[in-house]
Amino acid sequence: MHIIENGNVAAALGVRLCRAGVIAAYPITPQTPLTERLSEYVESGDMKAEYIPVESEHSALAVCIAASSAGARTFTATSANGLLYMHEQVQWASGARLPIVMCVVNRAVGAPWNVWNDQQDSISQRDTGWIQIYCCDHQQIIDTVIKAFWLAEKVSIPIMVCYDGYILSHTYMPFDVPDQEKVDAFLPPFKPEYALDPDQPANLNTVTLPDVRVDVHGELAHGYMEIRYLLQEDLRTTLKAAAEAEQRFAQHFGRGGDPFIEPYRCADADFVAVGMGSITYQLRVCVDALRKEGIRVGVMGVRYYRPFPDEAIAGALKGKQGVIVFEKALSYGYEGALASDLKSALYEHLAPTGSLPTVQNLIAGIGGREIRTEDLTQTLRAAIHERISKEPHWIGLKL
Amino acid sequence: MGTRNYRRKTSHSEHGPGDGGRTGSWRVERPVLDQSVCTPCKRNKESCFICWLFCPEIVISRTIPPTFNLEYCKGCGICAEECPTKAITMVDEAKFAEEEKE
Amino acid sequence: MNKDFIEIRWHGRGGQGAITAAKIVAGAAFVSGYAGVVMAPTFGTERRGAPVMTSLKLSKEKIYDLTPIETPDIVVVLDHLLLNEADVTHGLKPGGIIVLNTPMAHDAYHFKNYRLATADVTAISVETGLPHGMVNAGIIGSLEKAMNLLGIEILIKGIEEEFRTRKPQNNSRAAKIAYERTITGE
Repeated sequence: MHIIENGNVAAALGVRLCRAGVIAAYPITPQTPLTERLSEYVESGDMKAEYIPVESEHSALAVCIAASSAGARTFTATSANGLLYMHEQVQWASGARLPIVMCVVNRAVGAPWNVWNDQQDSISQRDTGWIQIYCCDHQQIIDTVIKAFWLAEKVSIPIMVCYDGYILSHTYMPFDVPDQEKVDAFLPPFKPEYALDPDQPANLNTVTLPDVRVDVHGELAHGYMEIRYLLQEDLRTTLKAAAEAEQRFAQHFGRGGDPFIEPYRCADADFVAVGMGSITYQLRVCVDALRKEGIRVGVMGVRYYRPFPDEAIAGALKGKQGVIVFEKALSYGYEGALASDLKSALYEHLAPTGSLPTVQNLIAGIGGREIRTEDLTQTLRAAIHERISKEPHWIGLKL
Repeated sequence: MGTRNYRRKTSHSEHGPGDGGRTGSWRVERPVLDQSVCTPCKRNKESCFICWLFCPEIVISRTIPPTFNLEYCKGCGICAEECPTKAITMVDEAKFAEEEKE
Repeated sequence: MNKDFIEIRWHGRGGQGAITAAKIVAGAAFVSGYAGVVMAPTFGTERRGAPVMTSLKLSKEKIYDLTPIETPDIVVVLDHLLLNEADVTHGLKPGGIIVLNTPMAHDAYHFKNYRLATADVTAISVETGLPHGMVNAGIIGSLEKAMNLLGIEILIKGIEEEFRTRKPQNNSRAAKIAYERTITGE
């Protein structure tokens, strides 16, 4: 059934449909309406779950880690400084291989204090071992939450479902809410390999030595390094599992596409704009305008940021003259993290062909600075015409 | 002309009319003082000023009688809540709009 | 007005229910064949009493541009005092419509190049038994009278559904009466 609601409600409905058993969260703008909505579902009995209000984001994820270890399907959500405050537990959740799903409602980080959208919060968590997926509209938010629980539980790795604060979280648009029976058929109950059990007591994630050891059964057990390597290995093979998730989802719900990238008018394009989140849909409008001027340009949205779909990205950009990467975050002191990752993928996969596209990096919408479509089109046109700057170029800066 | 030559590289603001502009227009209710109950008015002595102390917008004067700067008062009602003698009442702004019309 | 793509900007005050009103119109438009419906409030600064804006875009196709409206076809003003505080006609397309809740007469205003529709929605709402200042259902009646796009019935249905736990009949009656009493000056 189609409804008109905001992005936070889309996420909350997805979590309810997935029958999450434990939700622990601490409110922070612009995530607050999402967790408020979930607490209402639990309070009214529409959702059979434990809603645990906590005193901080660090505790929120700690509760999820405990609940997930005990075998519950768990969910949390946060934004900006809340996510940063979680950081230690973020690393813990992936190292412990717990399939927690967390919505990150993207917001700028302080200082200075700012409640508006950019993506510095989740990008700064790039190296934590979580899967990161970015959404462009409400249909993607609700669908991605449902896929995320399936995928997280399949590969035992936690997932951040990221969507732009306000621009998506507080904006209303129509989207389809899948039927409960269909979601139940897609997503079976969570059955962990091991769940905390008083009859089978165990220590989880205590001091693990630099080298391998012999366990109580006389078996050779991993050292720290093996455990961390397996996280990396499984993240890389997650790309396969993600493709499977997408396929399964399409079978059950009749929608979906390429799980990793969303190309638009790229096939015959000489230039491709690249980004993550709602800006890539806005860029479609710019691309349509520039196409009318005869400029062969397309846009590619990157859905998965970690694991990084390097092959899919390089494949889509093969033979292109130039790539313009739009980002709402920066690896301060160098350039946008996506631009760096993308260049690395191009170098790896396209350098042997002897033809590498040029790469420019444009920074936009930091701290919620409005990105006017007209300005975006003009900047894209200028970047296609000639390289704007060697350093990342900040759109709309008023210095 | 941009902000390149602004004297700081951090966010730094001092008290005064803020980014919200004339915030008095946000008011739904207006604080009204009953001087016959207000402690400093009754004693005609500098005293109490709990309203002045608690006002988050610094729009109440430390005078006899205390006055409200309605250009910036948002009508939060904290003064009325905190006043120990209940000398301040919050009155529906619509009532004043009607009076001003007349 | 290009009926395939309509931009409506709402001017209200925080707590007045402009978002709810825009949502009702969005819902009615969607079921009437506007596949693309996007409603975006002012971000981050919704405070009770403060002037707020809400953008509502109606399109026959999916909308990819979520940015605020710059050149509205219609502006809806929930409170005539906002005329002193906000530049409500900013960017309004020539020939665009202003829907204004005001106790004043239609000919008290002179907007060049724009069509004005007025009604005393505040008084109408009180008349139907709603608390003072609850004008968001009533203003929908005025808007429909001025734009003549969706039909009042479907909007009434949307109002009664949205307000099902909060005086649905009073709200829908306010919209009906406002629809009848709105003066478009034509």
